[in-house]
Amino acid sequence: MTSSPDDWQPSATIETLRQRARLLAAVRAFFAARDVLEVETPILGHAGSTDPHLDSLSLRATTPAGRETLWLQTSPEFHMKRLLAAGSGPIFQLARSFRDGEVGRRHNIEFTMLEWYRPGFSLAALIDECEALIRTLIPAAGPARRRRYRELFREALALDPFTAPLAELQRVAGERGGLDMADSDRDGCLDLLMSLVIEPTLGQDGIDVVVDYPASQAALARKRVDEEGDEVASRFEIYLQGLELANGYDELTDAREQAARFEDDNRQRAALRKPVVDVDRRLIAALAHGMPAGSGVALGIDRLIQLALGKASVAEVMAFPTPRC
Amino acid sequence: MANYSTNEFKGGLKVMLDGDPCNILENEFVKPGKGQAFNRVKLRNLITGRVWERTFKSGESLEGADVMDLDMEYLYTDGDMWHFMKTDGSFEQYAVDKKAIGDVEKWLKEQAVYTVTLWNDNAIAVSPPNFLELEVVETDPGLKGDTAQGGSKPATLSSGAVVRVPLFINQGEVLRIDTRSGEYVSRA
Repeated sequence: MTSSPDDWQPSATIETLRQRARLLAAVRAFFAARDVLEVETPILGHAGSTDPHLDSLSLRATTPAGRETLWLQTSPEFHMKRLLAAGSGPIFQLARSFRDGEVGRRHNIEFTMLEWYRPGFSLAALIDECEALIRTLIPAAGPARRRRYRELFREALALDPFTAPLAELQRVAGERGGLDMADSDRDGCLDLLMSLVIEPTLGQDGIDVVVDYPASQAALARKRVDEEGDEVASRFEIYLQGLELANGYDELTDAREQAARFEDDNRQRAALRKPVVDVDRRLIAALAHGMPAGSGVALGIDRLIQLALGKASVAEVMAFPTPRC
Repeated sequence: MANYSTNEFKGGLKVMLDGDPCNILENEFVKPGKGQAFNRVKLRNLITGRVWERTFKSGESLEGADVMDLDMEYLYTDGDMWHFMKTDGSFEQYAVDKKAIGDVEKWLKEQAVYTVTLWNDNAIAVSPPNFLELEVVETDPGLKGDTAQGGSKPATLSSGAVVRVPLFINQGEVLRIDTRSGEYVSRA
């Protein structure tokens, strides 16, 4: 990116930045009233996210241990879970997070994540709390409804994402996207259809909460068996006006299972010819010590502020997005 | 030519797609909450002028297209080809065929400067200057005194284009025309 000194000015107006500050104060008041503790955890860590579809930024630094590689966190999740295991009780954070390559109207490689954890909360209880928070910032958000991942695909594409043969998924995804999906796996095809066909229709007349994702997309969520007998991830995503706002889990607390998923992620990364990421062994140790069962959610606060203020891009609610930083 | 990956796609980048050179208009990064990222890309096919919308897996790449826009002066036509000359003092000439000239044929004026798009050193498209001064070669006689009233009539210009002009315009007058809209601007 060539940087020109002519764009020294912020991309958000000063008035927007004032409104942003008011909305962030409202978020803090929301959690203070519910006795959720605000915490600050490091932006740099010895481990990064192994998620095959997240690219972490890393840097070399001189630390007490000498010259080391540190990772810019893609979310504050691992550090916050260590606090939970240490007995923090419910916590929230407004954390700067970094994701390499995520650039566009709804992305900036550096952004603010609102992440919170509720020990003892069911997924349903956390969904209710998410809704309440969204309504605090956007009172006119409209009614909320639960949408099952499977139903969305059936309605929009007449396709069952759990049982359709891979060849069928590849054909439909390839047709919709206008590209060759023959070497893509099930999740690759489903991701494409979700992004291109389903997402734009979500949250258009209210808050849509998508639940029961395929187990292969569980990330750090527990899995369970749904009424059709298929294994699903205990996970939800919240959409408003076609924008994905939040991603919540019934949190995995099993250290062994967590370690296995990290390894599996790194195998997938290697297959995608992406660099293998240092696994967070301290998180595994914290889970082995014992993290209380409960639910947690990460919400892209820049997007929520964008919608609350009726702006067209996250850049319009940030002082200096990456092209201007 | 170099290859460009989806994260290098931006407006104005020229790439090869399905064998044709294309100009990238827009590149939108799309990604479900957790999962694989894609790029929704709008490109203009520089041969046909059509706009394509294509999806790419993030990280995929396309070969760059050797496409250049150059200023050239229009010289003459021999009936089959239209001949242009670079304005950089090299006197280098390029012949443009009917397909590449397209609609611009009716906006050609000797010695005016056009943008000629070259692909692998062949002319594939020509765009006229935004404004051209052209003589009226045929129109109904002008109506005296009628300078303020609305109303218009067709006039054929020296380049061959037919435009709507005010009623007071006479044959032989030179007019300033906006080539983008094909509209009369003023007397030159």
